[in-house]
Amino acid sequence: MSEDIIIEARNLRTAFGEHVVHQHLDLQIRRGEILGLVGGSGTGKSVLLNTVLGLKSADGGDILFEGRSMAAMSNEERRLIESRWGVLFQNGALFSALTVKENVMAPMREHVELSARLMEEIADMKIGLAGLPPEAGNRFPSELSGGMRKRAALARSLALDPSVLFLDEPTAGLDPIGAAAFDSLILELSRALGLTVFMITHDLDSLHAICDRVAVLADKKVEAVAPIPELMRHPHPWIQEYFNGPRGRAAQAGL
Amino acid sequence: MRGQELELLTPARLVVTETNGRVCVEPQGDWVIDTVGAVEDELRALASRADPSAIVYSFTQLGRIDTAGAYLLGRLTQDCADPDGDFHYLDHHPVAPGLIAEVRRRTLSCAPVKAQTYGFRAAVARLGAGIEAAYLEGLGTLGFLGHTLTTAASTALRPWRFRLTPTVWVMEEAGVNAMPIIAVLSFFIGAVIAFMGANLLQTLGMTVFTVDLVAVTVLREFGVLITAIMLAGRSDSAFTASIGSMKMQQEIDAMKVLGIDPFEAIVLPRVIACTLMAPLLTFGGMVAGIAGGMVVAWSTDLQISPTMFITRMHENTDWSHFMVGMSKAPVFGLVIAIIGCRQGMEVGGDVESLGRRTTASVVQSIFAVIVIDAIFAMMYLELGI
Repeated sequence: MSEDIIIEARNLRTAFGEHVVHQHLDLQIRRGEILGLVGGSGTGKSVLLNTVLGLKSADGGDILFEGRSMAAMSNEERRLIESRWGVLFQNGALFSALTVKENVMAPMREHVELSARLMEEIADMKIGLAGLPPEAGNRFPSELSGGMRKRAALARSLALDPSVLFLDEPTAGLDPIGAAAFDSLILELSRALGLTVFMITHDLDSLHAICDRVAVLADKKVEAVAPIPELMRHPHPWIQEYFNGPRGRAAQAGL
Repeated sequence: MRGQELELLTPARLVVTETNGRVCVEPQGDWVIDTVGAVEDELRALASRADPSAIVYSFTQLGRIDTAGAYLLGRLTQDCADPDGDFHYLDHHPVAPGLIAEVRRRTLSCAPVKAQTYGFRAAVARLGAGIEAAYLEGLGTLGFLGHTLTTAASTALRPWRFRLTPTVWVMEEAGVNAMPIIAVLSFFIGAVIAFMGANLLQTLGMTVFTVDLVAVTVLREFGVLITAIMLAGRSDSAFTASIGSMKMQQEIDAMKVLGIDPFEAIVLPRVIACTLMAPLLTFGGMVAGIAGGMVVAWSTDLQISPTMFITRMHENTDWSHFMVGMSKAPVFGLVIAIIGCRQGMEVGGDVESLGRRTTASVVQSIFAVIVIDAIFAMMYLELGI
């Protein structure tokens, strides 16, 4: 194994009753890379993310973190590992009873020892880092627009400076300028902090702009994992359609 | 401490050397969110006495750094005229200077939350706000009742628009399925009344009046009250929660846009079902309550057989008691459904309001039931029924 693999799905199988979502699925996430995950609607992208996160248990196969099976770990070990993960859910999943600032402070309160004053300052910093205006900090999630909620959720997922960041459609619902700023922020953080990013996205522009490699989910497994130029030569019809279709070409031309 | 990797962190330390006007800040060890708490006070003290333009950093001993560490270091120079000038950095570090500049550029200061005010004035203001809110709630509920009644009237003129299937579904869900619990509760209430009454009446030598006691209280009050309270606790909260979550998911908005009147599709079936089922449930509750009294009268030393119990009831208990009880049931059913649906419609975008509205719905409907019951009691007393 030449690359440093941080998370690996091995021969994964997930199913809801009779309906099999993944079968013989293998995926490797390298340390420090930005890996995009694409696939048609209903191919189980979010299910794969939930399985890696441990929110849904796999019906077969294994998830390995730094070479060790997550299923075999003790709860305590898992909790420690998970505290180094940041997750941005598709709809933000902010705690609605807390303000944005309190949301960002929630993981800090739980896991690190800092004074309340410093915690607030760091929360302000994360809110700014995610591109929110200062007055957003004291608002409740229900008072924010969809795009702002997404940024607030990003601020929370970055609260503990995670080593792995999981993003579920981070740029969906953002305006193109906001989406581009979001992309450059992720790229900057990933390069500066050595962050590993696993993102589900349909945004072809952000795939081209920031992803080191892209994994394609099709036929219940990961059909291909490669940088985009390589994927464009992949014979699978869906991949051809995806990257060489009109939108795929437009995104490429935009670079 | 988090994670195995993090357990290998070296604690953050700060070495400050002041030489000919320059303050050399040398962070040592790992400056990440888990460790920087230890140096916070030291940095704050340094920031208050050192001139920001005289600060220089030396990163030779720095291990890992993240945004929290970068923030703390960058805070020292934030008031400098040129916070990111090269003269601040004694030596090269691949990440730190860029990260410090980036973090400082994006850091915003957020206005502190307005603190709650205390004191006499604030207490009076809160009391006033509470009374106003209660008044507005009452007004809102009456408005909702009016809206529902006009919708009912317009549906009565166009009966083909009436939604039979959801109505029957609610009748089963809120009505038929509530029968067992209402029957059991009423049975026990009837039994308790018989027991308490028998004890008291025995001292007067009038044990046979236990029958009258059970019959009158269960028929007039308890049958219908137990039913109403169960409906409020069981079905009312379900109405609020289901309509509220539909509101949160914008389903109600979708209905309006599609030209479906939510009052017609959601509120009316529930109100009609509840109004129709309340008397039926009350009847069941009455039967169970009297059965409870009968069992106690028979099995304890009262020795009143069921036959005698029923004969006595026939002879001494007026039909009007039953009628009084039944007359209240549809009113309670209507009020409970109206309050439950209205609170559901009032739910806003957040989960908090769903919980608040569900609580309000149960509290308000039980409150309304008891107040209306008292009004009924006064009214029937005046009428001599």
